[in-house]
Amino acid sequence: MAHHTLTGTYTEEQDELRKVVRSFLSKHSTEADVRDLMATTRGYDPAQWRRMGAELGLQGLGVPEEYGGAGCGYVELGIVFEETGRALLCAPYLATVALAAEALLRSGDEAARKDLLPGIAAGETVATLAFTEDGGSWDERGVAASARRTATGWAVTGAKNYVPDGHTADLLLVAARTDAGLSLFAVEAGAPGLVRTPLETLDQTRKQARLDLDAVPARLIGAEGAAWPVIERSLAAAAVLLSAEQLGGASRAMELAVEYAKIRVQYGRAIGSFQGIKHLCADMLVEVESARSAVCDALWALEADAPDLPVAAALALAYCSDTYTRVAGDCVQVHGGIGFTWEHPAHLYLKRAKSSEVLLGTAASHRERLAVRLGL
Amino acid sequence: MELDFGPEAEGFRAEVRDWLDGHLVGEFAAHRGVGGPTDAEAWEVRLAWDRELAAGGWLGISWPKEYGGRGLGLLEEIVFNYEYARAAAPYRATCSALDLLGPMLVAMGSEAQKRRFLPRILDVSELWGQGFSEPGAGSDLASVRTRAERDGEDWVINGQKVWTTMGHVADWLYVLVRTDPDSQRHKGLSMLLVPTDQPGVEVRTIRNLAGQDEFAEVFLTDARTRADLVVGEVGQGWRTAMGTLGIERGATLLPQQLTFEREAEALLAAARAKAAAGQLDPELRARVVQAWTSVRIMRTTNLRTIGELLAGRDPGPQSHIAKLYASTGHVRLGHLASELAGPAGQITGPGYALDTRQRTFLLSLAETIYGGASQVQRNIIGEQVLGLPREPRP
Repeated sequence: MAHHTLTGTYTEEQDELRKVVRSFLSKHSTEADVRDLMATTRGYDPAQWRRMGAELGLQGLGVPEEYGGAGCGYVELGIVFEETGRALLCAPYLATVALAAEALLRSGDEAARKDLLPGIAAGETVATLAFTEDGGSWDERGVAASARRTATGWAVTGAKNYVPDGHTADLLLVAARTDAGLSLFAVEAGAPGLVRTPLETLDQTRKQARLDLDAVPARLIGAEGAAWPVIERSLAAAAVLLSAEQLGGASRAMELAVEYAKIRVQYGRAIGSFQGIKHLCADMLVEVESARSAVCDALWALEADAPDLPVAAALALAYCSDTYTRVAGDCVQVHGGIGFTWEHPAHLYLKRAKSSEVLLGTAASHRERLAVRLGL
Repeated sequence: MELDFGPEAEGFRAEVRDWLDGHLVGEFAAHRGVGGPTDAEAWEVRLAWDRELAAGGWLGISWPKEYGGRGLGLLEEIVFNYEYARAAAPYRATCSALDLLGPMLVAMGSEAQKRRFLPRILDVSELWGQGFSEPGAGSDLASVRTRAERDGEDWVINGQKVWTTMGHVADWLYVLVRTDPDSQRHKGLSMLLVPTDQPGVEVRTIRNLAGQDEFAEVFLTDARTRADLVVGEVGQGWRTAMGTLGIERGATLLPQQLTFEREAEALLAAARAKAAAGQLDPELRARVVQAWTSVRIMRTTNLRTIGELLAGRDPGPQSHIAKLYASTGHVRLGHLASELAGPAGQITGPGYALDTRQRTFLLSLAETIYGGASQVQRNIIGEQVLGLPREPRP
């Protein structure tokens, strides 16, 4: 049974962190910045990325101090992801922090952690996890990429697809099979045999790439054949952090809708005074606050490494996927015709909602996982 | 759900548990989990249980000591209600008086009223009914028309009230009336305390859809009460009434949560059994997951609110969604449990005797209606939480 203390509130330090991050992003990730960056292939601004590290230490916030990070907990990290989601931050933050860093932290490979985490924590190394292949599956059985021993280490061959920031990452953690089973490998950008193709995405705020690997030199991370439990556990962490990001986006989309409902006048009064719109907005708040509860619950479970973390993570990601998609869609609806334009930001939230909904497996697949865990 | 209330609550928590262990026995124990806000099941047993609680000093624990309470705070109210719900003790029969009228008198009653009425609420020697709604004033409570005018040393009251829970056993009613005949809406109202044992008060029970005669309409025809039995000021009855409706929301969140969790676990068990037999339809399976999810989310939402209340902070926006979310979810859960029970679940006992699941299914339908219907809740959320403009009045 889950054991809760009656906190339920954020501490003053956490509220302060939120203020600082929100203020930073309001200066360095404005809507204009988002539109500029999403139109580029690279998809982020290296100067902004460096600033995030130098001024706020965001990349290393959750990395333990012994590897150069601030050693904060998951509640703090959740706050940061929420704020980046609100701002539609165009940066390889999810890839580096939620995917790559989490996998390294859970890899059991102390040498790899010592070698690779400090660069990530300092905001110098952009990193990602390359797991999915053409089928897009996050299941172990979806991995066909393989690795064989060489004189100097390992060589990985195969194709990875839909890799978050795969074309700009300095460090790629690649899942591939050896004779012993699924294993995790570190590949450097620029390694021979590695071809990286940026993809054109419907959600231009989140860049993805296809990787073609032909005997690419790689370093084994963790024990050979033992990567799946590591990856599974780190995907649960990534799911929780993604759900926090979705919560932030949904929250902002709701705010936009409510603000518009107060000022848009039709039939002689503000459209928010009509019950149809008012109740739609009320339902948005119900969903956003419930999503917040799901995220809080999952962050607590993540922080405590609770036995029911897989349940809490699957629940949070499924619920936040639904909430973000629905609220972003309602935001378009409340805005009427202008919500349908490129110029208005509503579509940016809708597209981020939609891409997030399938990024780590569909919401339906997470609900399925939840059903199985509940014994159904 | 294991909760840690902190070290300062441990002594009190142990005291509650010990007392319940010792007294929730025999017939009381046989009625664990029985009763609810609209569920009049086993009324006599539950009334006897209230007297047992009274003898143990467990009613009105946060009321001032001089009126028979223990002067304890919100934390103790929450802990007591939580442990009470964990033990699944029978739903208290005198909730209306304990949770609404009593606090109202403590906050706004005269000294004489407090001394006259509070002790008899606490020892369960007097029962109360609420006279708020009328046939023409449900969601729109401010449109009440029952009027009262002074005649010598009395108020004389004429009108009709409806939905008075257990009105037929009430010794007294607390009634919202219009004392200024020229007034409109929430102005010119007063809260009167009216004895039912008089010719001018006629109570007729109303049968709810579960076949229980658990509420009533009350006809007031030249009914009388003493002039000094107005709570708060004459003409300020709306303020008095609104005070009762906001009281101690926090203390009842966890008991309700525990009830839902029990029902969700029962639902899950029924679904698992069907799944094991290869008979769980995929769509029902998905809805079971959804129902379980919403109960789990509700738990965290409630913990957030309680955490904020205990920290002395204004509760956040999530505190305004609780009733809407819980009631909508409960109705859905009731429907789903019904479906899982299949045709066997459609058979009652003799004389329309319903089992717990059947009762829950039917009675949960009141939850989206009473205490602020769901549509009104959405108006409140839209206007008070989100700041959207009100609809203009015609």
